Amino acid sequence: MNYLVNNFDVVAELFLQHLQLTLAVIFFSLLIGIPLGLLLARISWLRGPVMSVLGIIYTIPSLSFFVLLIPIFGLGTRPAIIALTAYAQLLLIRNWLVGLTTIEPAVLEAAQGMGLSGFQRFWQIEFPLALPMLLAGIRLVALSSIGIGTIAAYINAGGLGVLLFQGVITANFDKIFTGALAVTVLSFAANYFIRYLEQKAELRIYGKRI
Amino acid sequence: MPNEMVSSSTETNNTPSCESGQIVFERVSKTFATNIIPAVDQVSVKIPAGDLVVLLGPSGCGKTTLLKMVNRLYEPDSGEIWMCGKEIHTLPVNELRRQIGYVIQQVGLFPHMTIQKNISIVPHLLGWEEKRINDRLEMLMELIGLPASYLPRYPRQLSGGEQQRVGLARALAADPEILLMDEPFAAVDAINRERLQFELIDLHSKLKKTILFVTHDVEEAFRLAKRIIVMRAGKLVQYGTPLELVTQPANDFIKELVGSSNILRKLSLVNVNSILRAKENQSLDVSSSQQVARNSAVLRPEDDLRSVVSLLLCSGQESLPVKDSEDHLLGTVGYADLRGMLIANLPSE
Repeated sequence: MNYLVNNFDVVAELFLQHLQLTLAVIFFSLLIGIPLGLLLARISWLRGPVMSVLGIIYTIPSLSFFVLLIPIFGLGTRPAIIALTAYAQLLLIRNWLVGLTTIEPAVLEAAQGMGLSGFQRFWQIEFPLALPMLLAGIRLVALSSIGIGTIAAYINAGGLGVLLFQGVITANFDKIFTGALAVTVLSFAANYFIRYLEQKAELRIYGKRI
Repeated sequence: MPNEMVSSSTETNNTPSCESGQIVFERVSKTFATNIIPAVDQVSVKIPAGDLVVLLGPSGCGKTTLLKMVNRLYEPDSGEIWMCGKEIHTLPVNELRRQIGYVIQQVGLFPHMTIQKNISIVPHLLGWEEKRINDRLEMLMELIGLPASYLPRYPRQLSGGEQQRVGLARALAADPEILLMDEPFAAVDAINRERLQFELIDLHSKLKKTILFVTHDVEEAFRLAKRIIVMRAGKLVQYGTPLELVTQPANDFIKELVGSSNILRKLSLVNVNSILRAKENQSLDVSSSQQVARNSAVLRPEDDLRSVVSLLLCSGQESLPVKDSEDHLLGTVGYADLRGMLIANLPSE
């Protein structure tokens, strides 16, 4: 624990870097995943091929994925964000798609029959009803990005992985322990915060679960 | 002008409504891509404004397809559908739909919205002012017989019958001229179904909307309908009043539908109101001068003729008075009418 006490500002900065990286990944994966998921919900024959491609991307080992991107995007956070966003698509879109496709057909038919436009149907009906599943997807993305993001320190993306790598190289157990502890705290915090939002979204639709 | 709108009553006056709720189908056909046989085959029929018309037929006969072509959830392959003197495909689709109330079997209330938000969604889309929406909400809740305390509740907190009432209120929210109802009571239990049916009859007599109602339930069709369209395999088989269907069935299919040899069954399908209307048409004196005995049994317009027979038998009278819910005398119906209108006209086997 000595390391944490003596280098609190260093750890805090790395913690913030890690948080930033995770938030950036969530932001970019939503930017791609929400429209792509919506497209898959509308055009069902696209689901198989697209989900297979996302599944294949997900199986690329993270370290090699980061290294592969270096020639194109150089070192630093950029390749890290790109790789993590690519991984995130499978987790995000699978959940989002489940959310969208399990809405009761009668609800959508009623909305259509009442004269809601395509956008109104999406924004007023589909989005709030699929929101709990979307948030569950975001939670998975956050947790996996926090985890895999530690490895991104290897390509100079910063974050709490720095402590782990340095600790391993210098055989500084205190440093490793501090890094691991910080990652765990971040994961737990992210999990509880997003789970809280999920429950709020669920409560609006289903009411109190008995 | 805006001030007038705020102070105006719940009655609408700037809804994009039309002067009449007549619907005309002209040689409408529709074949689904997955099928060779047309779902709807050259149907031409005129729905008079303000009538409650039932589309009746076995499942797969095309009745729902025909209904959903009115609000363009399905598009016909050929033919025209006219509403208020306009071919419906000349209107922007969402504008058309907002002029037509739509009620479906599974209700389809929005689970994340309160009853208030569910009902007021179309008025909001049409840009109504808050005051007008609130007045309308109050009026609709009274109409469907639910307390205003239900407005902040969610659909899940309501029973099935209550949900269907809210579905009806939602469809009526923007005061449409036309109401499309796709087997709305099929998923409700028998006791509530009957109650909802009589509520709909009552509501229709108050509001005078054109209602197109799909069902496969013969009793329901005859109970509700002013006119019935019987469909089979995409074709219109017969279009007529309940009395006409019973007394002049077009073919064996209709005969079987109304129970050809069973007079009691036929009596059960026709109601007192049909007899009164038929007497009117034949310019018979509806409110015949026959003395109405005191304390005698009273018929209601919605009573079916089988219960009329049993009431006549019990009362020992030749005829009985018909009164509405406000106790106005509408006319009389007796053995002579039944014999004259119904039994004498029955086709001989």
